[in-house]
Amino acid sequence: MAQPLPFVLDVPETPGDQGQEPSPYDESEVHDSFQQLIQEQSWRAAQEGLELQQRARQAAGEGEGQGGLCLAQSCPAASVGRSRGAIISQYYNRTVQLRRRSSRPLLGNLVRSARPSLRMYDLELDPRAQEEEEKQSLLVRELQSLAVAQRDHMLRGMPLSLAEKRSLREKSRTPRGKWRGQRGHGSIFSCCGWLRYACVLTLHSLGLALLSSLQALTPWRYALKRIGGQFGSSVLSYFLFLKTLLAFNALLLLLLLAFMVGPQAAFPPALPGPVPVCTGLELLTGAGCFTHTVMYYGHYSNATLNQPCAGPLEGGRCSPGAGSLPYNMPLAYLFTVGVGFFITCITLVYSMAHSFGESYRVGSTSGIHAITVFCSWDYKVTQKRASRLQQDNIRTRLKELLAEWQLRQSPRSVCRRLRQAAALGLTWLLCLGTALGCAVAVHVFSEFMIQSLEAAGKEAALLVLPLVVGLLNLGAPYLCRILAALEPHDSPVLEVYVAICRNLILKLAILGTLCYHWLGRRVGVLRGQCWEDFVGQELYRFLVMDFILMLLDTLFGELVWRIISEKKLKRRRKPEFDIARNVLELIYGQTLTWLGVLFSPLLPAVQIIKLLLVFYIKKASLLANCQAPRRPWLASHMSTVFLTLLCFPAFLGTAVFLCYAVWHVKPSGICGPFRTLDTMYEAGRVWVRHLEAGGPRVSWLPWVHQYLVENTFFVFLVSALLLAVIYLNIQVVRGQRKVICLLKEQISNEGEDKIFLINKLHSIYERKEREERSRVRTGQAAIPPTLLTDERDA
Amino acid sequence: MGGSGSRLSKDLLAEYQDLTFLTKQEILLSMYVVSAPHLVDEQQARSGNEHTGTPIAERANRSPLSARAHKRFCELLPQEQQSVEASLRAQVSFEQILSLPELKANPFKERICRVFSTSPTRDSLSFEDFLDLLSVFSDTATPDIKSHYAFRIFDFDDDGTLNREDLSQLVNCLTGESEDTRLSASEMKQLVDNILEESDIDRDGTINLSEFQHVISRSPDFASSFKIVL
Repeated sequence: MAQPLPFVLDVPETPGDQGQEPSPYDESEVHDSFQQLIQEQSWRAAQEGLELQQRARQAAGEGEGQGGLCLAQSCPAASVGRSRGAIISQYYNRTVQLRRRSSRPLLGNLVRSARPSLRMYDLELDPRAQEEEEKQSLLVRELQSLAVAQRDHMLRGMPLSLAEKRSLREKSRTPRGKWRGQRGHGSIFSCCGWLRYACVLTLHSLGLALLSSLQALTPWRYALKRIGGQFGSSVLSYFLFLKTLLAFNALLLLLLLAFMVGPQAAFPPALPGPVPVCTGLELLTGAGCFTHTVMYYGHYSNATLNQPCAGPLEGGRCSPGAGSLPYNMPLAYLFTVGVGFFITCITLVYSMAHSFGESYRVGSTSGIHAITVFCSWDYKVTQKRASRLQQDNIRTRLKELLAEWQLRQSPRSVCRRLRQAAALGLTWLLCLGTALGCAVAVHVFSEFMIQSLEAAGKEAALLVLPLVVGLLNLGAPYLCRILAALEPHDSPVLEVYVAICRNLILKLAILGTLCYHWLGRRVGVLRGQCWEDFVGQELYRFLVMDFILMLLDTLFGELVWRIISEKKLKRRRKPEFDIARNVLELIYGQTLTWLGVLFSPLLPAVQIIKLLLVFYIKKASLLANCQAPRRPWLASHMSTVFLTLLCFPAFLGTAVFLCYAVWHVKPSGICGPFRTLDTMYEAGRVWVRHLEAGGPRVSWLPWVHQYLVENTFFVFLVSALLLAVIYLNIQVVRGQRKVICLLKEQISNEGEDKIFLINKLHSIYERKEREERSRVRTGQAAIPPTLLTDERDA
Repeated sequence: MGGSGSRLSKDLLAEYQDLTFLTKQEILLSMYVVSAPHLVDEQQARSGNEHTGTPIAERANRSPLSARAHKRFCELLPQEQQSVEASLRAQVSFEQILSLPELKANPFKERICRVFSTSPTRDSLSFEDFLDLLSVFSDTATPDIKSHYAFRIFDFDDDGTLNREDLSQLVNCLTGESEDTRLSASEMKQLVDNILEESDIDRDGTINLSEFQHVISRSPDFASSFKIVL
């Protein structure tokens, strides 16, 4: 890597600039084009060979009092960072491009062997050096030709001070815009034009007011700001994820309330028996007096609501009473759950894609040192202690990066790599074994519960299975974390991902076992009873137990641990807030909610209450007991990872569970909206057959059902299209990476050219100086014509 | 300009909203913050405990802003500066701005004030400079403008490029200024070498604005961490 040579040129200057370095805020003699400079100098060297003699004599008299230009600093690349003129001309070019919609020149047209200068396309269209006033007037003219909104957008994005932006805006305002100032002078403009302008102004201010009110309405804004200020963006990402989950649940609940719970609550069916007395226990078990309410599947009727006469099954056909709408409950149940899941799926996939688009950058894995130094300071942190902690974290991270880099420089021995691979394999095996062991334990215990419940029949005994599963969920990750301390990891970021993976596998194994237990075993055992109610109540119990255990874990894991570590162990560090584990708990709770929506439509409401309580409890515990994690945390990557985990294992799994329950399982015969059907899906088929009999005008719907929904060809077509789009995107990204490599090569070649040319010029002038000095010393001799031949030699 | 001396005129407010990335609430709030620094000191002295001190914004937002914000600002100024125009031109010294809780714990606070100051002696901020600062650090500012100002903040010697000294000073700010928190000399040299290796594309030994913006564009976390919320 060559160092830039400070090279003093003999450029005629105004006397005021003698001995002055060009500083960022005054615009003296900054040449904009390096090529133009070289041309200028070579022309001067060729033409003014004779004058060097005189200049040398003058120089001897004046001494070293010639102001110089540092060549390296006068390059256009350096000037944009500090000069206002360069900023203005850069934005002038951008505005021109915006207006003419011109794009980059095609790379295929550039000839690589000639090493063209890419700077021609970047900064200056006109190579002549312009004064700042000229540039400003050019920019103003361009701005005037833009629309008002675009102009404001352009002005807002310029890195100039507010006063300068205001002057640009004033100058670029079209004459119509000056109405505001001239209104008081009794203008003669037409009435309609003034009215239109007033309307535009009102709309503009309304839009601004709406935007600011929307911002003010976001809940918990100051709580989140306080958390971010004290703990940084990493812990904040947990609370933002919680807010996202609340939004999902609220959307689902709205749909369910409007189309299912509301109509059923308005037309309650006859209750099968006496209502059990409400004790306090049903808040935990969900059974008891909650059983025959809109909360569970069994309460929903299987007939059409609000139809005063006999239903279609009995063959009678009658007209509905005046002003009443018949409401087909089974169909509504099926469709609402289906549409709710579909909307959740679309929203999830969209947020995931959006987050992925923001967090993934081509080439983001290289340049980790520069990125850490430039981008890792979190400006949201406002407390001195948190700031010091952040400094500690950054220092540790930098030292780790340097150690990793050193390690990569020295090649590792094969023996050591084998040992590392063996340790890694062993820990993975142990963790997978733990997950399997937990799944088997849950299976055995659930079988035992089936046997014993038939004998016992106590309500409180129903809580044992959720308790056991919750304890396993709590304890096994701690075990995996202890095991992970044994294995070597070069990269701390990878450790976090691996821990999340293992925890997730554990939870999935347990949930899979439970799903088999409910849909496989319970359906058989509870034949003749309302098994859907039971499954709904089980899921309610699991949710409540999960919440109670989370409460206990916060209490003991954070509060008690902090007290112990401060009083007994006398450590100054508070316990860390484990973000990954807490987020996975949220995902687990959300999975339970989605599993239970079909059997207990009010479960999203329970989840919303639970999430609100979790927010306040976690916030209180965090502020009192914890500190930010020491491990490095790529906040935006992590958000994408969490959303992906929510979408793929969690949502996909529940979608599979739902499809199986709707398509294959026989609903119970004594309760619920599908009690007379073979599968829940048959309600839809019955309706389609009803429509077919309805006449030719609605025949497109059965056609759609037959050829698009029942036929698998359509699904294959859609999947094939999706795969093609994904493949195209992958190729585009690959192409972009190649282009980036090529462009980097060109830039580095240009840098080398620059150094080479500077060296050449330097040697030419040095030689000439030496010759002049020697000529002066040896006295007056004939003017050597060798100057020109020297150039040819060089 | 219409209105009494206690309110910012609607035209001026609309103009600020058009030219910066801030909303009306944030502009009025920043006036309150700039105008009443003595209230900040009193509150903090009274509470005495750094951990429970809430930022001014939380206290201020609980009261109706627009009625009192500019009035307080004018009350602080001497009699001849109490008109709207003069109060907007009044300069606030660095000490007052640096005592804001949002900037107090930031190791780059002096550089931030210096970069945004437009006064000839560059040692004080006017209200519009403060608005500029908040606008660049706000949520909706483009990554382009943020990276431009980040470059200027990191350029400690104001020469338009980041050379080795700038980078060393930057790393020292990040790790802490005291002797036991700095990196050793060899570590520093290695780190600066690695940074230049990764980001100096034209191999001239310094990082210019385009190279800096290229590095920044590879990090998706920059826009969310380069944020100060009032």
